[in-house]
Amino acid sequence: MDKFLDRLNIYASRLVLQKEYLMPGHRACQGCAEVLALRLVAKVLGRNNIIASATGCMEIVSSPLPLTSWNVPWIHVAFENAAAVASGIEAGLKALMRKGGLPQQKINVMAMAGDGGTSDIGLQALSGAMERGHDFVYVCFDNEAYMNTGIQRSSSTPFGASTTTSPAGKVVPGQTTWKKNMPEIAAAHNIPYVATACPSYPFDLMEKVKKAADIEGPAYIHILSVCPTGWRLPPQLAIHAGRLAVETGIFPLYEVERGKYRLSVDLPELRPVEEYLKIQGRFRHLTPEMIDKIQQRVLEEYEKLKKKVEMTNEG
Amino acid sequence: MATRVGIEVSIAAAEAVKQANTDVIAAYPITPQTHIVEHLSELVNNGELDAEFVPVESEHSAMSVCSGSSAAGARTFTCTSSQGLALMSEIVYAVSSLRLPMLMILANRSLNSPLSIWNDHSDVMSIRDCGWIQVFVENGQEVYDHVFIGYRVAEDRNVLTPFIINLDGFVLTHVIEPIEMLDQEMVDRYLPPYQPLYRLHPNQPVSIGCFGPPVLFTETKRAQDEAFNSTMPHILKGWQEFGDLTGRYYHPVETYKTEEAKVIVVTQGSLGETASIAIDTLRGEGEPVGLVSIRLWRPFPFEEFREAVKGAELVVVMDRAISYGGPGGPLAGEIRAALYSQEVHPRVVNFIIGLGGRDVAPDDFVQMVQQAKARPGEWYEIYGVRE
Repeated sequence: MDKFLDRLNIYASRLVLQKEYLMPGHRACQGCAEVLALRLVAKVLGRNNIIASATGCMEIVSSPLPLTSWNVPWIHVAFENAAAVASGIEAGLKALMRKGGLPQQKINVMAMAGDGGTSDIGLQALSGAMERGHDFVYVCFDNEAYMNTGIQRSSSTPFGASTTTSPAGKVVPGQTTWKKNMPEIAAAHNIPYVATACPSYPFDLMEKVKKAADIEGPAYIHILSVCPTGWRLPPQLAIHAGRLAVETGIFPLYEVERGKYRLSVDLPELRPVEEYLKIQGRFRHLTPEMIDKIQQRVLEEYEKLKKKVEMTNEG
Repeated sequence: MATRVGIEVSIAAAEAVKQANTDVIAAYPITPQTHIVEHLSELVNNGELDAEFVPVESEHSAMSVCSGSSAAGARTFTCTSSQGLALMSEIVYAVSSLRLPMLMILANRSLNSPLSIWNDHSDVMSIRDCGWIQVFVENGQEVYDHVFIGYRVAEDRNVLTPFIINLDGFVLTHVIEPIEMLDQEMVDRYLPPYQPLYRLHPNQPVSIGCFGPPVLFTETKRAQDEAFNSTMPHILKGWQEFGDLTGRYYHPVETYKTEEAKVIVVTQGSLGETASIAIDTLRGEGEPVGLVSIRLWRPFPFEEFREAVKGAELVVVMDRAISYGGPGGPLAGEIRAALYSQEVHPRVVNFIIGLGGRDVAPDDFVQMVQQAKARPGEWYEIYGVRE
């Protein structure tokens, strides 16, 4: 075991920047893939990065007064306005650098929010910021429910999932709606860069963040962030669950660069969705019929995505 | 040197924002604030003002953008009215707690419902306790002047608190008045560039807006309360130095013919000028009546107010908002609180007037003073209701 870990260290030190900007000591749950994703994102965006955070798990666990886990400038104002606060930071820096109030330099501006702060309450502010074309990276850490307040459903909660406000009841079997397709909503704004990512694929994730930071204009990255607490999943399966989400086609990894779709992990064959669903307590109540329904939907959506890849890369 | 010009008050306000060398403006259109932001957009798009104009998709985002730009160290301006203020109010409270200086012009307009685009003070009263310095102005010159004063005070390192200028919608925003415009050199002398104590910048990373567990929340709030209560001398200094520069001196409480007055009328905003005509009429008839206009609404000038009404037997307070189920209007409530500790204090009568753009003429003030004198006790009434 020791030898195995040593090997990993050597491997990691070659490819991952060692410098941390989200420091240890934060209060995230055991096995939290969201904080892992955030740590990787912060690594890539580096020292010259300013973060505007929405209210949520990541805000709470990283900033309990009088402590902070942040080694980069960081601000939290409210739940629904991370994109607008980031817009203000970007506009402020731009004006000050142009007018001589600050020296010219490249500073990344990042906005971050959970799925609730992005696809529900923060959607308007995000849409406005993307439409106005601010040069910033918006990262949605999607753990598929309002985990910070106690696992309530959001528009990003998948069909069938049991949450505290979409409980698996005797009549209604959990979430009755399909997950809102946020990356597509972002892509519909015709911004230069949209991508999905998952910390189970750390190098893919980091490459995408790098691309998002380098591209001028708004970039949107949607990260599936496995939440063992909310998904009723043993913490040690968090990375595995993320892989299954991708390998079943439930959460395909892709990017849309200046309108062109590209699959990051093109799977010749998708694994059955049941493999992903059965390891999570939030799906325990699903009947074979419901699993079938989910399977059909996933295949349809995956086909649609592949068509978009074909269509946008023709000629 | 200064130049006196006839100009719409909104345009003059926007010109002041330009002369103040504002860096970021974020605003969403709402009547009757529109002329200010329209003119600012023109100034930016014509290259006359080097600023980022962020045309946000809502007032909530306007205030959020302002919070980001102020935290980045930029001189920041926004402008709204009524529903816009109500929508942004969540963030209005946040920015003062984060000690982010900025300037907001609030073109006062009533709150829905029924929908009304016209003037009263129900909008600002909804954020009375938001922790911003709040002033009321009576005319265009005062709006123009307070853009510089507001920035100067808000950005003072001893203050670092956002600043609201309340001006009455339409009756001030849309009128043309003679205004003395300052030369740029005078502005630059009075208003230095903003030097933030902390800013979001990689050179000195700070965490702003942390999570406050119960063990520390009360302490952060007490710190804010103490900081806010100690802004008064810096506000007075801002006014004093502006007066020394321009000859126009402003005070927390403005008085008119209060010497030997037994009856004092209290107003806020542009109605003060109307009321002063009634005071002249009543004084002409030998009535010992004076006028007090509350310029500084927050922090409330308790001492200065008590001093201004010393010796009065009757105080007639004019509110332009209702506090449902409360003691009358919000201003009257504050004034009763200010007088409570006095061993001998005047009777306080409260009229709620000028709601949703209802005109109040000089003769109405005469009528209200007479009614207040005739009817004993402390009471409030919505004046001028058509039965």
